[in-house]
Amino acid sequence: MNWLTEPLQYGFMQRAMLEVLVIGALCGLVGCFVVLRGLAFIGDALAHAVFPGVVLSYLAGQSIMVGAFGFGTLTALGIGLLARSRRVSEDTAIGVIFAAFFALGVVILSRQGGFRRDLGSLLFGNILGVSMTDVVVTAIIAGAVTLIVLVLLKEFTLVAFDPVMARTLGYPVFWLDLLLLMLVAATIVVSLQTVGNILVLALVVTPPATARLLTDRLLRMLGLSMVLAAGAGVAGLYVSYHLGTAAGATIVLVATGMFLVALGFAPHHGVVTGWLHHRRGVHHVHHYHPPGEEHHGQKASVR
Amino acid sequence: MAYGHNLAVCDVTAEIPAGAVVGLIGPNGSGKSTLLKAVAGSLPLAEGSIRFGARGMRELAGRVAYVPQREEVNWEFPVTALDVVTMGRYRALGWGRWPGRRERELAEGALAALGLGGLGYRHISQFSGGQQQRVFLARAVVQEPELVLLDEPFTGVDVQNRAVFHEQIRRFAAEGVTVLVATHDLEEVRSTMSHVLLLNRSMVAFGPTAETFTPANLRAAFGGQVAVFEGTAAGKGPG
Repeated sequence: MNWLTEPLQYGFMQRAMLEVLVIGALCGLVGCFVVLRGLAFIGDALAHAVFPGVVLSYLAGQSIMVGAFGFGTLTALGIGLLARSRRVSEDTAIGVIFAAFFALGVVILSRQGGFRRDLGSLLFGNILGVSMTDVVVTAIIAGAVTLIVLVLLKEFTLVAFDPVMARTLGYPVFWLDLLLLMLVAATIVVSLQTVGNILVLALVVTPPATARLLTDRLLRMLGLSMVLAAGAGVAGLYVSYHLGTAAGATIVLVATGMFLVALGFAPHHGVVTGWLHHRRGVHHVHHYHPPGEEHHGQKASVR
Repeated sequence: MAYGHNLAVCDVTAEIPAGAVVGLIGPNGSGKSTLLKAVAGSLPLAEGSIRFGARGMRELAGRVAYVPQREEVNWEFPVTALDVVTMGRYRALGWGRWPGRRERELAEGALAALGLGGLGYRHISQFSGGQQQRVFLARAVVQEPELVLLDEPFTGVDVQNRAVFHEQIRRFAAEGVTVLVATHDLEEVRSTMSHVLLLNRSMVAFGPTAETFTPANLRAAFGGQVAVFEGTAAGKGPG
């Protein structure tokens, strides 16, 4: 059996692959706006705050998405309203609330037997346990979220880039922000099953950050981020199958590996490429100034 | 006008004629930016109203162009100059419609008119400071505005870029567009603007430059931070 095809003979691996492709594309898309709008901390708060919902629906024998959606919507609304009032420092309030919610989930769960095993699978996800129904539900929600993001792409971009101008143009910035938070909440909730509460943020933030290093164009960043996240999901699953490591955490580490490679070798922003470019600039200085590279040449010649 | 819990700016009453170019001056922290953002509709008014002719500012949405201070822009955002200028057409486009060829041509035209022809596909971080300001000015132009708000447009900008700005401001004024410029460059105001509004947390004076730009008013607005020499003034904020 081949390294690539062997895992796919199992039904649970087929479903996991499908799930991770859908989740990856969704997180990659929505994550771009999380990164561009600076919502990473809020996203993490959301992921933790839905934990009591996850626990309650798990104990009731329901899909964890039911409770998670309830708490996700509540938290997104709460954060949106907090951001509007200037009474409390926003990030402090969010920090207080999300820690409290998370603790509440742990306390509820600790009343049950088999606490440690359950806690593990809820906190870190259980992608190998997804059913076909899970995959279908995930795909439907992912489709709806993607559609909304694409229809409002222009407005979300404007609000992320220049909120003052957006208000000047009469756009309802508060409602657009709230909607974006809801979409982030939905994304996080459907991804919980894959990587769990603790690691889900990595899937939302790391692929867009990687894509941003590789391109200066928004549309390319969106596409690249979706491909990278889905790719990290699939590659991570293969690695975890063959090495016998935890699937969710392996996926996150593969995504992190991609980020580090991009950080080193990206065409414009890369650490290593920038250094090589600079060194080459030193050689060029004696011969000619390539257009657009005068800057490097001059810097080098001063040395 | 409230920002946070303190009234940042209060008691500003000015009737600005259409087509006027108004210099908004005052020491650092006097509320120039706050006033501009309030006019832009980005900060709530605690009291009072801003009207444009017979219309409230809400009805004017889309016809107010705001050019932010350079430090307030996220230059690492993945957009090209052309993307930024096209944003000026978003309101006219309406919801759910993506900019097409017409918008791109308008944006390219505006960039070319400001001396940035053919550079539209560059990322916004790949321009000089003055050029970056011109990109945002081009965005204001394609908005076909009735009111233009410029926040410190001359900071760190060389003579050539200044000239481009003044030329565009004159064009706006000639078309009857009202322009508000927050600046700490007093000479700029004295020599190029029709009106002046002196601000120091509240309005000190407002009127045509020739009558209002006086040593007494400047001293009232800037306190001891301005040296006045026989009608020519040079001022500096704290820090």
